[in-house]
Amino acid sequence: MPLVALTAQPLDLQALMAEVGADRVGAIAAFAGLVRDHNQGHRVRFLEYEAYEPLAIRALGRILEEAGTAWPGTRLGVHHRTGRIEIGETSIIIVAASPHRADAFAACRYTIERVKQIVPIWKHEHFDGGEVWLEGATANPDDEDARQAAHRIACA
Amino acid sequence: MRVTVRLFARLRDLTGSGELVRDVTAPATVQAIWGALVAEVPALAQYEKTMSVAVNAEYSTMAAAVSDGDEVAFLPPVSGG
Repeated sequence: MPLVALTAQPLDLQALMAEVGADRVGAIAAFAGLVRDHNQGHRVRFLEYEAYEPLAIRALGRILEEAGTAWPGTRLGVHHRTGRIEIGETSIIIVAASPHRADAFAACRYTIERVKQIVPIWKHEHFDGGEVWLEGATANPDDEDARQAAHRIACA
Repeated sequence: MRVTVRLFARLRDLTGSGELVRDVTAPATVQAIWGALVAEVPALAQYEKTMSVAVNAEYSTMAAAVSDGDEVAFLPPVSGG
């Protein structure tokens, strides 16, 4: 199992923790993003995730390199779902392992913030009465202000 | 020369296809390919200010040169996670 992956299959947090090497470190922080049943006043039926896969994999790899530079000694993994995902299912899992809990929490938070900034994945929200493509950040991995904003949130 | 154009999410819906093959006059830039696409589908124009572009699955710029056989992708604002 690679540390970075896109998959149409259900995500396995235990397997990713094992891959990151949770048994060799002092602290592990894990994040799971779940599909919620409401958004912006809509009752959500399900989501479909679309990805530009080769670039998404590269962007995820870049984020792990950034986090590894910012918090040396941390080891990270991130897996993201694609395709249709039902309410309550997991769309993303992130595992950060470190000798120290502060670094593990920060690297984990940094990773999800950066995923939302620069990874070419899109949510297609199907709700009662319609559907909409959600559009968040203009992806620009070289935007240093955005990267620093993610770092500040991670360390808050 | 011939390029493959990839479109995602709402840009794909507006165009009606996620992958198009287009013949363009060399030398060409990403901007020139986008311009030709907007001429075909004017509703795309609103995305120029907020989209990102990629050439051969690497982030790039509108000014970048494009070569025969390249894959050029236009990416609306992202919403993963």
